[in-house]
Amino acid sequence: MRALATDALTKDYAVGFWRKRPYRALDRLTFEIAPGEVFGFLGPNGAGKTTTLKLLMQLVFPTSGRGEILGRPLGDLSVKRRIGYLPEHPYFYDYLTAEELLTYFAGLFGYTGAERRARAARLLDEVGIGAERRLPLRKFSKGMLQRVGIAQAIINDPELVIFDEPMSGLDPLGRRDVRSLILRLRDRGCTVFFSSHVLSDAEALCDRVAILARGRLAAMGRLTDMLPFQTRGWELVIVGVPDAAVSGLGARVRRATRLGEGRYMLELPPDVPPERLLGELTAAGAHLVSLNPIRKTLEEFFVEQVAGRQP
Amino acid sequence: MKATAWIAINVFRESVRDKVLYNLVFFAILLIGASYLIGQLTAGQDVKIIKDLGLAATSIFGLFIAVFIGIGLVSKEVERRSVYSLLAKPIHRYQLLIGKYCGLVLTLTVNVAVMAAALYAVLAYMSWGVSAEAARIWDAPALDPALLKATFLLLVELTVITAIALFFSTFSTPMLSAALTVGMYLVGHFTNDLRNFADLLDSRAVAGFMRVLSWALPNLAQFDVRADVVHGQPVAFGYMGLASAYAAIYVAMLLMISVLIFSRRDFK
Repeated sequence: MRALATDALTKDYAVGFWRKRPYRALDRLTFEIAPGEVFGFLGPNGAGKTTTLKLLMQLVFPTSGRGEILGRPLGDLSVKRRIGYLPEHPYFYDYLTAEELLTYFAGLFGYTGAERRARAARLLDEVGIGAERRLPLRKFSKGMLQRVGIAQAIINDPELVIFDEPMSGLDPLGRRDVRSLILRLRDRGCTVFFSSHVLSDAEALCDRVAILARGRLAAMGRLTDMLPFQTRGWELVIVGVPDAAVSGLGARVRRATRLGEGRYMLELPPDVPPERLLGELTAAGAHLVSLNPIRKTLEEFFVEQVAGRQP
Repeated sequence: MKATAWIAINVFRESVRDKVLYNLVFFAILLIGASYLIGQLTAGQDVKIIKDLGLAATSIFGLFIAVFIGIGLVSKEVERRSVYSLLAKPIHRYQLLIGKYCGLVLTLTVNVAVMAAALYAVLAYMSWGVSAEAARIWDAPALDPALLKATFLLLVELTVITAIALFFSTFSTPMLSAALTVGMYLVGHFTNDLRNFADLLDSRAVAGFMRVLSWALPNLAQFDVRADVVHGQPVAFGYMGLASAYAAIYVAMLLMISVLIFSRRDFK
């Protein structure tokens, strides 16, 4: 069974004041996500990411095409019991406290009083909302609201979560927390589908990604397929190496940068095995600091995919 | 059903925490209290004045609450995007709408009850120690239970106005919804005149249109039995039942249309 699938999902919005004309926000989007996958949905602003997520949640209705979640058609109420959704820039009732909001949402799933309170407390702990949970939400910062938003999205222990820009508004600490939360959800068997324009997050978390540009699917696949390993060579940092030993490397090194006293950063082309070179240098008295592959980043791949489709 | 009730309770909680509501209720009670002073200025008509002003205050402030909270029920949810997380929960759109409506009706019921209690309190204070002889000139006793009949029909009228506000707020902006609802309230008190006007017209088409309009618009005048109650005229339970049934049908129709609109709406 697929966790989520769409088939030629299309959405036109009517734009214009007097003469309405259709504007295609999403054009025949077809993709699917397997259970347990962490799937990243990437694209520049206005690419159609939020529209797709809203279509999946039936907040907007498709012009054509269809979709299914957990084997059921979109909008099926039984599916809503098994999924969670975090909207982009979430806003909640500011007269409620975080605790009350989660208790309220838990009530919509039919949980009893004690269960509601227990779930609210557990999830607020999980997203790192401490004593502030008893303050009205109007006093919350954007980052704290985002955390509450994530907590409400998983109030029902969902099998699938749909997060729209989950890292938005979070400080580095908050982003780290959300990353580890997504990984914890994955470890529990939950499928995670999230949109983001922060590519490093996608790179760190996703099994597969889809890149959307101007409402169309530009690329989709495993990150390892999209960003082939060792395409660019290696970056080697060593210390205690004599300058003569470095200059003796010749054409085997693409570039050698002196970082300080006896400390070098060497850029190796992909066809030079780093192990052999490292052997030679350590024999000359060098010590290894770091060895990293230089590979195409998701950002470069993203720009390549999107650039040709921009107006 | 449970989810609908849960949404209604949350609307009630929202209203209870809204300072605007307290201000409105405070002013209503102040006005009811002030009616005692105005009553003092009139010879022998004090009870009537207090009842008149008290019921009028209940009606006007109830209208304010119904309109100004009613128009925000849906539009505020959509504008602030809180509807996104709410509709992602296992609820139908109609449950959201009906829950919101019931929540506001619950708020109105509590507020009207508070205002009615304030009115009775002022009347009890005023009639304290008045001899039976002196009370004989009053059209109806000061603590007349029939006041509850007028208050009940006021509340029924407010349930119709709330449904109108909710209906407009499913597709238009809060400002426009407020203007349209107040417009409907005013027109609703003159639907009988529309019918009479239709009888006087020569053009059949225009007369027909007027008649259709008079039936389509809510007949709110029938909920106003304040003058009868204040002057000690009887208000039959049968009449109240019919008026309530009319309100129930009108509200049900409005909610159905609102649900139809809201269920198809895209939240861009």
